[in-house]
Amino acid sequence: MKPYVDSLRFSTAGSVDDGKSTLIGRLLYDSKSILEDTIAAVGRATTKRGQDGLDLSLLTDGLTAEREQGITIDVAHRYFATPRRRFVIADTPGHEQFTRNMVTGASTSDVAIVLVDASKGILPQTRRHAAVSALLDIPHVLLAVNKMDLVGYSESTFKAIKSDFKGIAAELRIRTLTVIPISALKGDNVVSKAVDGVDNLSWYNGPTLLEFLETVSVDRVRKTNLRFPVQLVSRVKFGPTQEHRGYLGHVESGRIKVGERVVVLPSRETARVLEIITVDGSRKTAGVGDAITVTLDRQIDLSRGDVIVEATGMPQITDRIRANVCWLGNAPLEVSRRYLIKHLTRAVRATIERVETHYDIETLKATRGAETLRTNDIGELVIRTSQPLIVDPYWANHATGSFIIIDEATNATVAAGTVLSEPELDGGYV
Amino acid sequence: MNAILNAFSDERLNPTESSARFAMRERRPNLRAHLRNLEAEAIHIMREVVAEARNPALLFSGGKDSIVMLRIAEKAFRPDKFPFPLLHIDTEHNFPEVIAFRDKRVAELGEKLIARSVGDSIANGRVVLRRPDESRNPHQTVTLLDAIKEFEFDALFGGARRDEEKARAKERIVSHRDEWGQWDPKNQRPELWNLYNLRMHPGEHVRVFPLSNWTELDIWQYIAEQEIEVPAIYFAHRREIVERKGLLVPITSLTPAREGETIKTLSVRFRTVGDITCTAPVASNATNVDEVIEETVLARLTERGATRLDDQTSDASMEARKKEGYF
Repeated sequence: MKPYVDSLRFSTAGSVDDGKSTLIGRLLYDSKSILEDTIAAVGRATTKRGQDGLDLSLLTDGLTAEREQGITIDVAHRYFATPRRRFVIADTPGHEQFTRNMVTGASTSDVAIVLVDASKGILPQTRRHAAVSALLDIPHVLLAVNKMDLVGYSESTFKAIKSDFKGIAAELRIRTLTVIPISALKGDNVVSKAVDGVDNLSWYNGPTLLEFLETVSVDRVRKTNLRFPVQLVSRVKFGPTQEHRGYLGHVESGRIKVGERVVVLPSRETARVLEIITVDGSRKTAGVGDAITVTLDRQIDLSRGDVIVEATGMPQITDRIRANVCWLGNAPLEVSRRYLIKHLTRAVRATIERVETHYDIETLKATRGAETLRTNDIGELVIRTSQPLIVDPYWANHATGSFIIIDEATNATVAAGTVLSEPELDGGYV
Repeated sequence: MNAILNAFSDERLNPTESSARFAMRERRPNLRAHLRNLEAEAIHIMREVVAEARNPALLFSGGKDSIVMLRIAEKAFRPDKFPFPLLHIDTEHNFPEVIAFRDKRVAELGEKLIARSVGDSIANGRVVLRRPDESRNPHQTVTLLDAIKEFEFDALFGGARRDEEKARAKERIVSHRDEWGQWDPKNQRPELWNLYNLRMHPGEHVRVFPLSNWTELDIWQYIAEQEIEVPAIYFAHRREIVERKGLLVPITSLTPAREGETIKTLSVRFRTVGDITCTAPVASNATNVDEVIEETVLARLTERGATRLDDQTSDASMEARKKEGYF
């Protein structure tokens, strides 16, 4: 989790048909982020394809491998800035595999932009995007009702789509939803509301899409307890008598303070924080996102993978987790196989005890009795690990509640998981 | 699509009052927060790789991005020594100021530098040039892969950024290379949250880009904030150049003027520093970091577009080189 809100990370998911590339092109243009040589290169590429003008989709879908094979690489990152904010776009294109693509690109997004074509209304794809946004617990979902020009800027069409989508969002328990009508092609309501002095959406009183992105408040730091996973133990020692090891890490949540009592997990040993060290000097306290070195007032057997926490609001220490998982691998999940789980700074062996449910991503219904998950599938698993993990439910803490699954044979990352609450497992918690 | 093109007037391509105001605003405190975020992300990545890789190295060329990488390494590991050596793949066609800076910086840090040169690769027959004066930039790949094999490195830190080029925009922070050093853009490992997959088979390695999410402007603002020294050729100086294919080509013994070209002396600076034969300066009067930042905000060309003779050859030249193992 990142603490500072002056930069916003958003994902866009969808196909060229939804006008996604046009929307990104317009945002980049209007923020003066497309420089002359890039425009010239896109112009040349457009001409080469026998078209006139500037095909903005080439800005984002530009690798030779992609053009030759008509495929798109799963995620491209774009950067632009306005006087109010800096933006990182995780652009996840493509019809096929877009569940996988979106999960890959959007895990750290503050806002997910779901595009819908006003002339077509809610499609199965729209539902999938919403479902993935919910799975990843993206703080804001923005439904951009695009191509309003094709429906004569009709308020009633907009309202009907908005109401349909609200139903889906409620079912998925999406936290905050904003719906904005736009025409990315004509420019209506993307950066400014009126185009050439004509306000086609005079009935709409909300912000433009860019105004929303510039002003949406991003509460990345929830009031969570201290979670400080240890990345490395220093070789050098600290303190006046040079007897204290330094524990290097990144504060994932909460605050750490000099003099406070902390608990080291999984050993449950306690100590007080002696020093918080950085190259720029010692500190009294450090918060979310700070990369620091910590020393403790007593010798503790502590190594990479352990987590320093505060005594209140302790996480679970468990070798069995229940989690939602999006399967990303080409080969389906095999219950009999051994996998690796990387969670915080720890990698452990794991087996899938069972596939609890499989979600139909279009109807959003959970079905029981599935035996596997295939690429792009989302399901709930019960996983047993060879060593305990220190977890919180994902909804409470994205850092301690997320993990990836690695195939030990191919070393590929085959799944992304989010830990569920309600650990109703028989004897699973130690 | 024409409608879009028409909708965007030429005026946005010119430096405007609003972007100048933006430059001023950017010096306000929230910039500090932005840079702390980028810095902390880079430190976290470096520490993860050191924890999980068997034998990492940091590529250091004396260029501004790799200079920032050294500062990140200090923040990640001091007071300890860096848990990796620095590696420079030297084309031997470098600006002398940059090599002098490289050696000075390494000495100040007290760290170990390994240099391997394209010249050695040519001498031992691993690299064959078509023309003696051609750019050695693409040939670095052979020297780099040989160095990786020689020292059995399994992770290489590089200062590449995603805003530089569209092939980079699609590359992961931890980017896997097969035993031939090749990048397969279609088969990249999904990278979620801040969980990096550093597993690899023997003979494979990863390239790691802790500055992936930084922009050219972020780099300069960080250099300003941290008061980091960079080679003098990043600032405006008078230099003999010729204009060729819309770029300014510096006149050196390796890059003489061609027949019919007029040599001029201009105030220029380098936005990027690489092989002399393929790095072009831009016209500039920026004599200090703040002025460079101002010019960066107002720039009308991308960093590579304005300065790299080699990337223009084809629209996909970076992608092609990356697939072969280029940094």
